[in-house]
Amino acid sequence: MGNTGVLPHHPHPISFWQSSNGKKVVMAVTGAIMFLFIVGHMIGNLQMFLAPEHINAYGHFLHHDITEELWIIRGILLLALGLHVTATVQLALRSRAARPVGYSRKEAINSSYASRTMYWSGPIVLAFLIFHLLQFTAGYIHPQAQFVAGDVYGNVVSGFRVWWVSAWYIFALCLLGLHLSHGLWSAFQSVGCAHPRHTRCLKMAAKAIAALIVLGYVSIPISVLLGVIK
Amino acid sequence: MRVTLKIWRQKSSSDKGQFVKYAVDDVDGEMSMLECLDVLNESLILRGDVPVAFEHDCREGICGSCGFVINGVAHGPERATTACQLTMRHFKDGDEITLEPWRAKAFPLVKDLVVNRRALDHIIEAGGYISVGTGQAPEANGLPIGKEIADKSMDAAACIGCGACVAACPNAAAALFTGAKITHLGVLPQGETEKHRRALAMVAQMNAEGFGNCTNIGECTGACPKEIPLDVIARMNRDYLCGSIQRRDDLPAPIPPVVEGA
Repeated sequence: MGNTGVLPHHPHPISFWQSSNGKKVVMAVTGAIMFLFIVGHMIGNLQMFLAPEHINAYGHFLHHDITEELWIIRGILLLALGLHVTATVQLALRSRAARPVGYSRKEAINSSYASRTMYWSGPIVLAFLIFHLLQFTAGYIHPQAQFVAGDVYGNVVSGFRVWWVSAWYIFALCLLGLHLSHGLWSAFQSVGCAHPRHTRCLKMAAKAIAALIVLGYVSIPISVLLGVIK
Repeated sequence: MRVTLKIWRQKSSSDKGQFVKYAVDDVDGEMSMLECLDVLNESLILRGDVPVAFEHDCREGICGSCGFVINGVAHGPERATTACQLTMRHFKDGDEITLEPWRAKAFPLVKDLVVNRRALDHIIEAGGYISVGTGQAPEANGLPIGKEIADKSMDAAACIGCGACVAACPNAAAALFTGAKITHLGVLPQGETEKHRRALAMVAQMNAEGFGNCTNIGECTGACPKEIPLDVIARMNRDYLCGSIQRRDDLPAPIPPVVEGA
């Protein structure tokens, strides 16, 4: 019907990025990009269970054979991280403003622990990420050992032999798992993919994938501490 | 049965509110929460005190007027139940029951347990309609609609607009409400033509009213007396995303929000 002519029009309609729904779509897409990196990084890391030459050759390949491509990927990941964090901070501020007077008592009746603690798990994982890059990529922080550029295997072993480095790593990875167990499903919801039949499977798959990722990552520091990887 | 009601008392939106405790004797298990408040109010009136203000109309769980947070849960501990349908047998003798109004910036407090929920009306006004030619009723079998589609629409249309989803959401988001309205109209052929425009307009209004963002937690659907599924939020997100990609014309001007500068 031709009623669009009579309705008053808004001169500046709210943009996609200004709406909370739009920001959530951005968070879903950037989260998915970072998830792909997490999977790829884990597969790369699992080469620690092979002879030292394998992972060292892999590191050499990343840094010397595909230098330009690596910087493109790093740029995409940094952009994804920046957008994800910016959207989170803006939405968190908006949500805080949406309830200026809180409840004296509030019970959670239908939400998972992981979903309620996204605002905690996210920043802690980000803090860990900075520490992790400074330790294993830049080599600035490498407690109780000398960082040797190019010797990936040796750096991982000497790094994880320090108990608190391993403990901090395992703790942060468990939080990442918690973050993913909600985020992997939530991303589908944010871009509008939901079906009563598939949602259950998606939720279970998100938890299973998150658990696999945590196990894959923490197997390395645990193996170093147990002396399986020397 | 004897219970203590710890109720939020606030004279007006500009006044500073506080909790006041009232002992209510002779509470029957068959009484509803609202009837318990009626009994309290009668005694308050006899004492010359100001009765507790709360909204109510049908008292059979279908109008969406009543609702407050009971012991930290919107509409109280029973699932799929409005405050008027919550019977006192769910509480024990000697219990202290905390009653608080819905807390959200978009729902300014009117008095005691009553809040202004006009923001929800504004969201409906922004796009909760279908544009069809008026005139004679169309032939009933002229437009076949599959049962699954009709059921999906009906599930969403069960929303009574009580605002419990906003109250229960840690972010004070109105996503379940807006999603229910978008789904109710958008899945049917009569409302499908305008579904993108509707989603854009209703989401814009929802944002203008100052509701929070949806973090897909699911507290809303747990508190919803009509058990509206979380899928309606995904439907809103999908229609909004597709609408944003396909958008060509301006949106209708948003209605001035209830709380300015939200």
